[in-house]
Amino acid sequence: MLPSDLKPKQFSGYPPQAKKLVTDYLETLRRLPLSFLPSLLREAIEYDFKFPVERKTLERELSKLDSLSDAKIKEWFKEFQQIRLSPALEHSDWVNAPAQFVEQLSAHLWTTHQMDAFRKAALDYGDRLRAAAPPELPALPRLWITIIGQGVATHDAPLFRKLRPHGAYFSRVKPENGLNVLLDAIAARAKAHPSAYGHWYIDGGQNADQHPSLTCVSYGGLETARAVLMAKMRTEIEKPGMGPEALRTFLGQIRPADLGLGETGDAVLDRFQVKLLTEGSGTQVFSTTFAQWAAREASRRAQPLTLLVRFAPRQRQRPMNELLSGSQAQAELDPAGSLIDADIGAYYNWLNQQRLPGAEQSSFLAWFENHNEALAIGPSMARGTGSTTAATLAELLAWMS
Amino acid sequence: MSAGMTLGSTLFHSSALARAVTSSKKRKVIVITFGGGARDQETFAPEGQENIPHLIRELIPQSTFFTQVVNRGILGHYVATASIATGVYETINNFASIAPEHPTVFEYFRKDLKRPATDAWVVAPSNGFNRIGASSHRSYGSDLGAGVILPKHLLSAAISGRNSINFESLLRDNYETPLYTPNLAGNSLQIRQLEEVLKLSLDDFMSHALMLSSPDELSVFIARRLMRQLAPSLLWITLHDIDIAHAGAYSLYIEAIRRTDRLCADVWKAVQSDPEYAGKTTLFILPDFGRDSDDDSSGNGFQHHRTGDALSRTTWMMALGASVREGVVFDRPAESTDLLPTLGAMLGFSPALAHGKPIPELS
Repeated sequence: MLPSDLKPKQFSGYPPQAKKLVTDYLETLRRLPLSFLPSLLREAIEYDFKFPVERKTLERELSKLDSLSDAKIKEWFKEFQQIRLSPALEHSDWVNAPAQFVEQLSAHLWTTHQMDAFRKAALDYGDRLRAAAPPELPALPRLWITIIGQGVATHDAPLFRKLRPHGAYFSRVKPENGLNVLLDAIAARAKAHPSAYGHWYIDGGQNADQHPSLTCVSYGGLETARAVLMAKMRTEIEKPGMGPEALRTFLGQIRPADLGLGETGDAVLDRFQVKLLTEGSGTQVFSTTFAQWAAREASRRAQPLTLLVRFAPRQRQRPMNELLSGSQAQAELDPAGSLIDADIGAYYNWLNQQRLPGAEQSSFLAWFENHNEALAIGPSMARGTGSTTAATLAELLAWMS
Repeated sequence: MSAGMTLGSTLFHSSALARAVTSSKKRKVIVITFGGGARDQETFAPEGQENIPHLIRELIPQSTFFTQVVNRGILGHYVATASIATGVYETINNFASIAPEHPTVFEYFRKDLKRPATDAWVVAPSNGFNRIGASSHRSYGSDLGAGVILPKHLLSAAISGRNSINFESLLRDNYETPLYTPNLAGNSLQIRQLEEVLKLSLDDFMSHALMLSSPDELSVFIARRLMRQLAPSLLWITLHDIDIAHAGAYSLYIEAIRRTDRLCADVWKAVQSDPEYAGKTTLFILPDFGRDSDDDSSGNGFQHHRTGDALSRTTWMMALGASVREGVVFDRPAESTDLLPTLGAMLGFSPALAHGKPIPELS
């Protein structure tokens, strides 16, 4: 089936708000090429479970496409039209299973050496869309904080090496009560500027605080869900004929209730957390990976005004000889390795912030927990500088604002 | 300079094939690929050099180094390694146990040079790699392929009967689906390989494994055992520890790069100290491809190789040893499929169906 054949009844399986959205724009969808449309439907089918910023972005995209003349549509999608699809892809149920289509499309593009052409088409489309419908600036400048090194006494290599060229490095930070200072600061921002899913606190361990105005996600808080997921995966893996691709399809079908989530009454956040565990690689086993990926996904999807990410020690990767020796030691933590993971994680958090609207007005603080080192980036902080001035974290925040 | 030397050097440059034919009986080649890919910023860029002290200080000065080796094919480890081995960008399913469609280096080598099965070996990670020794091509195939040893299969046989959950991470086949650990079949065959080829009992094997920290260390142990027992002329080692990067822990990725750096140096030392190999072996080292750049928003930096961006497609290669110039760097682009035709020119076989081109600086 081709997009031009679309009819409203084909969307009967979509959640209610998603169904309304796509049927409102059905004429527009009919004009789009099959190499592109399922990617859009993959987002649309999740509309009921999307964050407010995502909804607005999708609505703006559809509205822009709706406004384009046939000639403009042809021009915008010329590169996508040149992508050759297989009959199997054309005959697949891309309306009801757009995510599976996109996965199969990806394999097809690699196999037929069209990945580079598709990648260029996607990048060019993104550039056109941004130029034609610029994203909205945030309601207030973003403030993101990353706390690294929990449980580490000393370290060898210098910290924040990748961030230092972009901000000011402070080597005499007063660490007393630092975590509470930072948590109070983000809670105060959230209270002063209420915004649904606008203010986040992600912890690689247990959330230290659960302020109601913050969207809180933690590795520790999902311990039961992770255990249930691992058990399900083991069961699936043992089934005959199971392979990585079938396992991925299975994971894509998991819903919050399957993992014991869904009692908070926040279906959007529950879905988000399930995706962290089922789509993220390594998020099920390493807390540092979980914290970094959760921040990345929150950044990409919810575009937080405020984000505090606190890394915690992950479990130690046991070497082969230790595993073979058969010792049943309790899983130990690896604070030193986790510091290295978190240091690059802080850099990736900053990179993700820079990809969002209003980046030039945003501020970013990275702090080595309970120690004297911090790195501050923002419009008021000189790049590539160092300071030996003694300062509290509250003072650093004040200087950044 | 004597006339004889002048004539000799003219011939040397004008007839690589003739040279290859006359010397190929003594010539040996070892290829080390990294399944996992490593980015320049963690290896050869100034900030990454601390992770590869052996490559930088010991091997680079002895090598011809290519700074831009591009992989234009599918960025999955099995299919990419198969592409390097066939000189054609293979399109087989990366996660299936399928033979490459085009003849492999091992088949060309054995068929054209009439070499026995014991003269070509692969030591590789598990799963799909068990088919990498021979293609499904009708004119070639398994009768002309390499012997394939999968150290994780050997381990699986050795720990058979114990609680497999404890060994999940050890027997993990690929890091792209970190929790997926397929059943590894064929234990009896693997044990026979241990005893007949490697001259190792199961107990000896386990006691060696108990001294090693990673599957790649086990692979190098097996490779060295093969060198001692059979001295194959063509030995292909695929390392895989670096691919732990898919689990998202940067420190483990760096640790694996450092281990791989050390293991490459260990193999080179083994070559130098073994009379069967010293002075007549050329060693090639290359990652199968790179990893995603930090700047591409569709990826997640070092963790994966899914974007197809330039950094994930571009890597490097070094060659050192017999007939290779030392301390030379070439910045011009080459492709990873060029390795097989280059080996053909060196060893004197004709890779008729390969798409890559011999690298003139090495051929």
